[in-house]
Amino acid sequence: MSERMNDAQLVKLTAAQMAEKLQAGEVTSRELVQAHINVIAAAEPELKAFLSVSATEALKTADEVDRRRAAGEELPELAGVPVAIKDMIVTKGIETTAASRILQGWIPPYDATVVEKLKANLMPILGKTNLDEFAQGSSTEHSAYFPTHNPWDTECVPGGSGGGSASAVAAYEAPLALGTDTGGSIRQPGAFTGTVGVKPTYGGVSRFGAIAMASSLDQIGPVARTVLDAALLHEVIGGYDERDSTSIPEPTPAVVKAAREGQKMDLSGLKVGVVKELSGKGYEDVVSHNFEHAVELLKSMGAQVSEVSLPNASYALPAYYVLMPSEVSSNLARYDGMRYGLRMMPPADVAQTSANMMAYTREAGFGSEVKRRILLGTYALSAGFYDKWYGSAQKVRTLIIRDFEKAFEKVDVLVSPASPTTAFKLGEELTDPMTMYLNDVATIPANLAGIPAMSLPMGLGNGLPTGFQIMAPAKHDDMMYKPAAALEAAFAKEAGEVSELPTGKWADQAAQNADVTSAEADKINQAEKAEAVDAALKAFPGVRVTKAEEK
Amino acid sequence: MPTFTKDQVQHLGWLVRIALNDEEADKLKDDMNVISEAINSIQEVATQDVEPTANPIPLEAHLREDVPATPFTQEEAIAGAPEADSGMFVAPQILGGEESE
Amino acid sequence: MAEKLMDFDEAIRRYDPVWGLEVHVELSTKTKLFCPAPYKFGEAPNTELTPVSLGLPGSLPVINKAAIDDAIRLGLALHCHINEWSQWSRKNYFYPDMPRDYQITQADKPLNGKGYLDVQTEDGETFRVPILRAHVEDDAGKNNHVGGADGRIEGADHSLVDYNRAGVPLVEIVTEPVTGTGAKAAEIAGAYIREIRDIARALGISEGKLEQGNIRADVNVSLRESPDAPLGTRSETKNVNSFRGIERTLIYEIRRQAALLADGGEVLQETRHWDESTQSTAGGRLKTDANDYRYFPDPDLVMVHTTQEHIDELKASLPEMPSHRRARLQKEWGFTDIQMRDVNNAGAVDLIDETVKEGASAAGALKWWLGELSREANEKSVSLEELPVTPADVASLEKLIADGKLNDRLAKQTMAGVLKGEGSPEEVVAKHGYKIVGGGDELDGIVDKALADNPDVAEKLKNGDMKPMGVIIGAVMRATRGQADAKAVSSLVIKKVRS
Repeated sequence: MSERMNDAQLVKLTAAQMAEKLQAGEVTSRELVQAHINVIAAAEPELKAFLSVSATEALKTADEVDRRRAAGEELPELAGVPVAIKDMIVTKGIETTAASRILQGWIPPYDATVVEKLKANLMPILGKTNLDEFAQGSSTEHSAYFPTHNPWDTECVPGGSGGGSASAVAAYEAPLALGTDTGGSIRQPGAFTGTVGVKPTYGGVSRFGAIAMASSLDQIGPVARTVLDAALLHEVIGGYDERDSTSIPEPTPAVVKAAREGQKMDLSGLKVGVVKELSGKGYEDVVSHNFEHAVELLKSMGAQVSEVSLPNASYALPAYYVLMPSEVSSNLARYDGMRYGLRMMPPADVAQTSANMMAYTREAGFGSEVKRRILLGTYALSAGFYDKWYGSAQKVRTLIIRDFEKAFEKVDVLVSPASPTTAFKLGEELTDPMTMYLNDVATIPANLAGIPAMSLPMGLGNGLPTGFQIMAPAKHDDMMYKPAAALEAAFAKEAGEVSELPTGKWADQAAQNADVTSAEADKINQAEKAEAVDAALKAFPGVRVTKAEEK
Repeated sequence: MPTFTKDQVQHLGWLVRIALNDEEADKLKDDMNVISEAINSIQEVATQDVEPTANPIPLEAHLREDVPATPFTQEEAIAGAPEADSGMFVAPQILGGEESE
Repeated sequence: MAEKLMDFDEAIRRYDPVWGLEVHVELSTKTKLFCPAPYKFGEAPNTELTPVSLGLPGSLPVINKAAIDDAIRLGLALHCHINEWSQWSRKNYFYPDMPRDYQITQADKPLNGKGYLDVQTEDGETFRVPILRAHVEDDAGKNNHVGGADGRIEGADHSLVDYNRAGVPLVEIVTEPVTGTGAKAAEIAGAYIREIRDIARALGISEGKLEQGNIRADVNVSLRESPDAPLGTRSETKNVNSFRGIERTLIYEIRRQAALLADGGEVLQETRHWDESTQSTAGGRLKTDANDYRYFPDPDLVMVHTTQEHIDELKASLPEMPSHRRARLQKEWGFTDIQMRDVNNAGAVDLIDETVKEGASAAGALKWWLGELSREANEKSVSLEELPVTPADVASLEKLIADGKLNDRLAKQTMAGVLKGEGSPEEVVAKHGYKIVGGGDELDGIVDKALADNPDVAEKLKNGDMKPMGVIIGAVMRATRGQADAKAVSSLVIKKVRS
């Protein structure tokens, strides 16, 4: 056996490599998990990707894996490989907040289906990652607790809403993570952080236990550093679930096989359509340049590339901003101070009624972006305006689906940039909602149509990553993995030996530091979170009710 | 498309139980006007002959067999409650008139 | 309070009442409509919950097949058109007993579309109540009001919420506006809801107990000048949960609205509540945009597909409908219309049917269930079914009488024993040694002694004055502890005095 790898070397492996080394007995799951805990401890003061770290739990799972492997048991492929989970997905016994004040301290009494699957596959859970509150935003600055920073440049945002999962994976705090994608929340952060982010076909991964933002658009998906790693996680979490009525009663397409196939870099016979409406005006030059280059690489591997039109694409963003807030307004009604989470009683001069309790709780518990969407959605659904707004948006959805169906008659996959820009600076887009909403212009059509889509790195521009988007027909998630893996391989070949990435510096630091104890790790960011909530709530009228045992 | 006034925003706030303050309502009013302007265009293409789509992937409902699962214990059920008493969730005074149903 | 009311007859002379009922039937499936939480009435609070019925973040609804099938069977019994595709919508409103702060119901595409139900009125007429739809939805939890009088919402300081009932399946049967009922409005409404109760029970889909809230109704009433005038503004009285309450709500609203209109006033479109203690409805809140429920298709659910084959299967499994069954049984039993109506109103159809099946005569069964046992049930304020006596008990008691082993008086004493829990009629008879002391020598001596003890009476009887016969019979009865057959005693006495 070769010399033991240090923390930095360990965490910079791909998940597939980690799995191999675990199976070969070259590394234990405990070593692997401890290495990631060490990186988390080194990186979190600057990145703030995690809302909570569950080091003790993760090590417990790791020890179980090591014990069972030592006993000669056959274990699932990713057993022992750790994973982080966006805090939009419920985890039994681990605080789940959706990055909202209104859910602070909520310990779910059940696991999401995807979490059950991670556990069944013996994957240690490192913790819960930061997001824009209730997954509403494109920068992770709308977290009620703190913003997450981009490991490529900590003055920049990591994108959103899943900026925590993307930053954590990019900075080697975790090899794999789960995200949720309603309008681009996995893919746009993928583009901003140079990671691979996949939104599976709607219904391909169970939503049971994913906190609902907009139910007809939400989908859980993998975040990884390589296409193959994303595919491995995709197969773990995918498949039919009786507990989700919108789950597709079919097995997950063979995405791992497709990714391995793609690594051979042969795309002959593959028809690729460049979406005319999702490029050009509004897209930064570096993005357009990198995109064109990526398309050239696809051609060089034998793909037949043509331009394809989605005539109604320009209506996707406005339709999304009707449908999404409407569903949000209803899905977020349950946060009313009755059963879980925050309760604020009205100030003394206001009647102490249930209705007022709910109104003061929701006023203090929700951030401004969430309130904006709830109000907009309430309006869009109100009697007399339903047909004009919600009804019209549902029709646009039909048109977009038809556009895609026509396009997929001509080509196998569609491609576009994943985001019109590279990561922007923190605070830059916070004030103007429409500018922020435009971030998702390229990713939203896939959500409206329910089709699978993914983002993968397509090189840097001005020192920041850019993302390439591939979309495939519904239920054919495998079709996008092949060109994705091929393109990834082509970029790697072109780049040759890559030396130091800026995102690796915390891993390198961790390699110099002593092991962090799990008790220390479990406390990471907890004080900051509590302070942020206390400070924010002071600005709102009313009296916070705390549970008797906490008093 | 409507132009939102501050009063309308406050009213919407009450409808969804958010006790907005004046300043917030004012700001939200401006934001919502910008957004509603931007999303106005959907009506151009949402013509009569187009069927609405609610779920992107066409499925028919799976119907579950009527077999009970183990429920939460009372302790688990009320564990998250901001206020509980006698195994139940405490609701402040409910006024029949101001609330629905 | 104390609203002005017009005399009912006058109100009907001057106005044409139009009414409608929204009847909620709670289905008695093992689990809830959208989650596998078990539900039984009366369990400890908050012990029948899963993530879905507690409205936890991340939970998703999954439809219960049994609830859909039960609802279709109810729809078929109500002659409804069963829609091939039905869709779920969210009704959004905030209330502490709503775990998600929206109800999942059916709006544009209900499971059951138009239908009707024929009901019989006292005068033997049949009235067809037109049904608009019968859709499926989930129930809310229960608020227990604390700090006010009698657990009522008014004056309560706070409430304790039990979500056990949240998610229990309901079928809401909505009538079209019912016209042409005039003075019989309340009678027809009452007959309609009783018929729905009977159908629900016959189908075995609901316990149908109004007092437990298994069936509740919203009563809509409006008045208009004449049958050709447009519909007037209606009031909606929510959650009335007794047959009498529903009938009285209708009458009260007709009288109230008539008085209001006659005074040149205006009926408000509002939600009202029936108050059992004052026998009146009280105004609630106005129907304004505060009640904008913002319905939209529930994105967590997809459409239910009901095939014709499945409908046919369910149709084939329907039991005989209560109205057909009643007509058949009435003929078999030889009851008059009035007798049958009373049997039906007393909820005794099944009991008499079973008693007859156990071997009793229909007349005998009728005598017990509508006589002695109805009195007992009334006194105890329970239903006939809840009495501790079975149709088999009644049948064997009848057999004892027919066999001449008991007289009426002994039979009543035996029934009293059964009701006290002393066992079956045979056991009660054995325990107390009840038997008819009749004929022969046994009675002979006792009668002789009674005559000897009452010489004055004996003298009168001898002289043909039969009036004091009771004295002798009474004495014999005392001596035999009521076991003598009065008729036998009297004929024996006559024989003796004339000899």
